[in-house]
Amino acid sequence: MGRKILLEHIDVPGIQTLDVYRKMGGYNAVTKAIKNMSADEIVEEVKKSGLRGRGGAGFPTGMKWSFLDKKSDKPRYLVCNADESEPGTFKDRYLMEKLPHILIEGMICSSYALGANTSYIYVRGEMMYVIKILEKAIQEAYQAGFLGKNILGSDYSLDLYVQPGGGAYICGEETALLESLEGKRGNPRNKPPFPALWGLYGCPTVVNNVETIADVPWIINNGGEAYAGIGIGKSTGTKLISACGNINKPGVYEIELGISVEEFLNSDEYCGGIANGRKLKAVVAGGSSVPILPADLILTTANGEKRLMTYESLGDGGFVSGTMLGSGGFIVYDDQQCIVRNLWNFTRFYHHESCGQCSPCREGTGWMEKVLHRIENGHGKLSDIDLLVDVAKKIEGKTICPLGEAAAWPVASAIRHFRADFEEHVRNPDSCVKKHLHREMAHAH
Amino acid sequence: MFSESRLNQINEIVKRYPEGRHKSALLPVLHLAQEDHGWLSIDTMNEVAGVLNLEPIEVYEVASFYTMFHLKPVGKYVLEVCRTGPCCTVGAEELVQYIEDKLHIQVGETTADGLFTLKTVECLAACGTGPVLQIGPEYKYRENLTPQKIDELIDELRAKG
Ligand SMILES: Cc1cc2nc3c(=O)[nH]c(=O)nc-3n(C[C@H](O)[C@H](O)[C@H](O)COP(=O)(O)O)c2cc1C
Ligand code: SF4
Ligand code: FES
Repeated sequence: MGRKILLEHIDVPGIQTLDVYRKMGGYNAVTKAIKNMSADEIVEEVKKSGLRGRGGAGFPTGMKWSFLDKKSDKPRYLVCNADESEPGTFKDRYLMEKLPHILIEGMICSSYALGANTSYIYVRGEMMYVIKILEKAIQEAYQAGFLGKNILGSDYSLDLYVQPGGGAYICGEETALLESLEGKRGNPRNKPPFPALWGLYGCPTVVNNVETIADVPWIINNGGEAYAGIGIGKSTGTKLISACGNINKPGVYEIELGISVEEFLNSDEYCGGIANGRKLKAVVAGGSSVPILPADLILTTANGEKRLMTYESLGDGGFVSGTMLGSGGFIVYDDQQCIVRNLWNFTRFYHHESCGQCSPCREGTGWMEKVLHRIENGHGKLSDIDLLVDVAKKIEGKTICPLGEAAAWPVASAIRHFRADFEEHVRNPDSCVKKHLHREMAHAH
Repeated sequence: MFSESRLNQINEIVKRYPEGRHKSALLPVLHLAQEDHGWLSIDTMNEVAGVLNLEPIEVYEVASFYTMFHLKPVGKYVLEVCRTGPCCTVGAEELVQYIEDKLHIQVGETTADGLFTLKTVECLAACGTGPVLQIGPEYKYRENLTPQKIDELIDELRAKG
């Protein structure tokens, strides 16, 4: 059994309530932070921990915190990104539903470290029931004196609110999220300026993922060095992985960074192997936006080394033979799954979710969807395959936000590793279309 | 019209944001309005604009951006089935077809009795327990769906009326 930092007490009855959470040591980090530590000391511990953002990009959290403009006399904000909409990712919902207080405790400690007196948790609107759970937990924290004016008798005050989204994947992108929180359409902003200088209401702001924030209390309680002692190299600590697709045990697992992909996939402690005795075809290891890898390359790198669940090992080989840890959305495909249809589905998703501000993304995602639809339905040409690669290339690096890349990478990688499947669809349309007797799903939302 | 208690609720929501930033209340208030009316008509959106001291166009452009807001009337229960890749590896497409056949409607349509609207949505962050749907207006999740569970759900909602 690997070490648990976040999910240790998940099975304790009543852990959703403040009383039980406190009996298990909950809110000790708030007391320690506010009574015994300065804000800068906490930032220092988080730096030492090597904690990297769990929302997808893996940016070092301590460094991000130290960029916050402290000279400005404007208020500072901490905004928690609980928009979780990346296909394959369902760890934040699980954490907030089962352990709401770990997020609230993390928000209090982190807000104190950043000098924020008002903080928001932006939750995607579809999770209305999670919003209710969080609001209840927040109310309990106010009553216990962990939120509000003069927390624990100190001169530090904090108000914490939950904000619902309205259904839009793009609002997971941090600047779109801030626009949405300001009551506008979720159109990503041009960067720079970054939120650390110009964020919510034009004030210095840090945006962090749910899991990132939830890791902070443990770091305060045990020290940054202890956290850095878990994991391998620059992949420190634990990571929540949400596993789905054709496996025996879909679910959310907390792993120590550094276990092998093979262990994660096959051991009974985690995915429990491929379902129905089938064979592994491919894995999308970090949410729909990261490159897909075929069975051989997900288990071993191009150099023949065992692939590990770390930022570095999954990234080994770059986009030629590697992928990314991303958000930890681990999607497994067995040998019955159609790579072309899956890619069409993802491309349709990105086209639907493009905010439409930049033409390469707005038009390119639509083109890719159309061409893939054609191939999938037996009307494709061999030249369509290269056309897809070309369109994907023309999106990359030419857009305001990374949704463009998120749409392009899956296309480029699927064709790189599974070109034969695409060619087979073109040459022998009946071979696969027949498996999809069902009607097209409507495009209207 | 917003009820007295709704107006109080809206006042509380506006206090979450700094002075002059009441526009931030727009999404929460649109959710409340939709809870009251089932969907957002022009009249409802104009009322939201009035209550929050915004231009009506500011409300329309936001309401039309987000997929959760219904700008046309919908049935009493909105069944929103996830249609994204991971759910499709475990049978979401077949399930949508099953519901269409059962309710004699296509995705996007409402049953003649006005009880059900069927929609498809993107990933609901429940990919490990797919196929999944949410039921508006309360947005409860139903997971690990099978045709049998759909039958039970429809019976349950029909009984509630
Ligand atoms: C299209 C898009 C969608 C994103 N969705 C999410 C999301 O749902 N949750 C999240 O935490 N980060 C998401 N991100 C990443 C955020 O922009 C941001 O990097 C992150 O919230 C920072 O937090 P972290 O440093 O703690 O990871 C998304 C990015 C893009 C480009
Ligand atoms: S890349 Fe796409 S989603 Fe991002 S800002 Fe441009 S159009 Fe919008
Ligand atoms: S793909 Fe259906 S919930 Fe994620």
